[in-house]
Formats: sequence, C-alpha cells, structure tokens
Amino acid sequence: MSVLDWWHYGLFHLSVSLLAVGGAVTLVPDLYRYAVTEHSLLSAAQFKHALVLAQAAPGPNVLYVALVGWQVGVNAAGPGASGWLAVGLGTLGLMVGLLGVLLPSSFLTLSIARWCNRHQGRLGVQAFRQGMAPIVVGVLLSGAWLLVRADGHWAASGGLWIVSGVCTLLVWRTRLHLLWMLSAGALVGAAGLI
Amino acid sequence: MSPDHAHTPAFDASLMTVPLKPHRLAELFWAFSVMSLQGFGGVLAVVHRELVDKRRWLTDAEFIEDWAVAQVMPGPNVCNLALMFGDRHMGWPGALSALAGLLALPLVLLLALATLFNQWADVPAVEGALRGMGAVAAGLIAGAALKLLQSLRRHVLGFVAILCLVAAAFVGTVVLDLQLHLIVLGLGSVACAMTWRALRTQGAA
Repeated sequence: MSVLDWWHYGLFHLSVSLLAVGGAVTLVPDLYRYAVTEHSLLSAAQFKHALVLAQAAPGPNVLYVALVGWQVGVNAAGPGASGWLAVGLGTLGLMVGLLGVLLPSSFLTLSIARWCNRHQGRLGVQAFRQGMAPIVVGVLLSGAWLLVRADGHWAASGGLWIVSGVCTLLVWRTRLHLLWMLSAGALVGAAGLI
Repeated sequence: MSPDHAHTPAFDASLMTVPLKPHRLAELFWAFSVMSLQGFGGVLAVVHRELVDKRRWLTDAEFIEDWAVAQVMPGPNVCNLALMFGDRHMGWPGALSALAGLLALPLVLLLALATLFNQWADVPAVEGALRGMGAVAAGLIAGAALKLLQSLRRHVLGFVAILCLVAAAFVGTVVLDLQLHLIVLGLGSVACAMTWRALRTQGAA
C-alpha cells in the first residue's frame, strides 16, 4: 500500500464515523464493501474473524475496526516480510482505522454534551434527558434478548436462557462480582452443559 | 492521640450520599480499563455496575441521561459515555484518559487473541466457553436494565406510561426488527415530547 492508499484508508474511516449511529457494528457493511469487495485489502474470512474475535473478547465492539486495520497492515507488509515490518504496518493500520472512526464522532459528542451541561435548566434539555430514559431501558432489554436468541431457539438452547435468566436476577438483586458470573458461564459452556 | 485525629470526620451513613468523583487522570484510566476488561459482549452493563453501584461516581438518573446522549450521538456508545464522563470531571485530558482506558488494554489483549486464534478456534471447549460467556453477558445487560427501570418509578410521566414506552421500544426492536436509530429518534421523540408536556404542566402547577 502506498502513502496515498493509507491516506485514502484514513479518509474513508473519517467519512463513515458520523454514520455510526447506534454503535460501530452499524459500519460493518460499509467497511466490508470498502476493504474487502472494492480494494481487496483483506480477505472475507479475515474480516469475519476480526469481527467474531472482537465481539468475543472483552472491550468495546469498535475494536474490530482496529483489528481489521491491523490485518490490512500485516497484509500490506506481504507474506515474506520481516516480523517487525508486519508489526509496524499493522500498528499503522490499527491507528489509522481506529482514530479515523473515533475522531469525528467524539468531537461531535463532546460538543453536544458540553452544550447540554451548560443549558441544563432548559425545559427542552430536561425533557430530552428524562424522556429518553424509558427508551434506553427498552433498547437495553432487547439487546439482551437478541444476544441470547442469536445462539439458537428455545428448545435447542434452553440452558442458555436459564444461564441468562439467573444472571439477570443476580445482577438485579445482589452485588455479586461480574467476573464470578462470567467465569461460571465460561466453565459451564466449556464443559458442554449448554 | 494526634491532633489530626480529632478532625477526621466519623464515617457514617450520610457520607454514602455525598457524590463521589475521580480525582486523578490515572484513576480514570484504570477505572475504565477495569470496566472494559470485564465487558464481554458489550461494556455497558459493567459500566453501570462499576460507576453507579460500586464507585458511586454517577447516580442511576445521571447514568440514564448520559447513556441517552451517548446513544443518540454517532460513534460507539460506551466510548461516547467515557468521553462525556471524563470531560465533565477533568476536561479534555479526562476525556482522553477515560477513552484510552477503555481501548488500550483490551486492544492489546485482542491482538494477542487474534494471533492465537488459528490454533484454538476448533477446540469445542473454547467455543462452548464463548457461548457460556455470551449467555452471561446477556443476563448482565438485562439485570442492569431492570435496575434502571426501578429507578424510573417516580418519573414525571408515571410508571405505567414508562412501562408502555419500554415495551414499545422492546417490541419495535425485537419483534418488528426496526433499526435502532428509528427507535431512538422516532419513539424517542414521542417520549421526549410527552415528557416536555408533563414537565411544563408540572412547572405551571
């Protein structure tokens, strides 16, 4: 990849940043079309692996953009390249992608948040903040629902629903540390019980 | 007994209601790193647990308000939330520390996982463990949502209207499969308009 290609790669991320209403996963189709279909910067399988890994690993899902950038850099170094060249270009791709996708949206969010803080007393600002609350709760609940449902149906994966239901109650009613629940879930899953 | 000791306030229950806040950039960075590293399948539930329940840096109401702004704005919600939180307490450096905390360590971990991935992907136990953690992650989100719902009992619209709006958002997303920004912008506008009217009536009364 030439300097111009990298420049273009960065510009693409800057341009889609403000479209990511509802999270970075919204950008999957666009990024796929740009990096895989149009410019062949990485293979379809590499793209999918990056997405799956980023969702399975802890941390915000937006990190898949960084992982795609890393893979693009490693590919650009070529198969015979020295390890350091691959790591260098991988880091470059990672930074260009992640900064590009985060900068515009971050500036916008901070400006709006500061404006809201300065005008806290306004009826409109109060109505927005309080009025959005039930929508927030509804969207959170559906997010949880979709997360369990994604893995199967009632009959086939009853165990998953039970695990999720128990965790819901534990979080709601107790102060048990989240890592205990995650470890228990990992153990139950690894043992093949669900 | 040292004279200082006499001036140390006794630790009593009233201290629990004093709003706490982060004091150093490093504190912000590590707080968000810890949250991020626990956040399988999304960091939001962990953020609620850590910032509201444990550290008391935010109340339920503040969390909901921040989340609403973070959700409506483009960009990853949790990153937006971290930026807003850091900015409010320590300006630009705070925003950057919180965001860096959220991203840096998980990114290193992710790169390590990606390099290991090819050797481990086919092991059934690894796949099962991921499934199990996914189910727990769903429970974490649902539990956090129920706690937030509880905090809306005294909402200006009344709890019944709140439950209807929650149900509408749920049905719109899960059953009708509407896009998230349609729900947030469409149903959100309705809810905000209703709240605006209720607040105005309340203010006039």
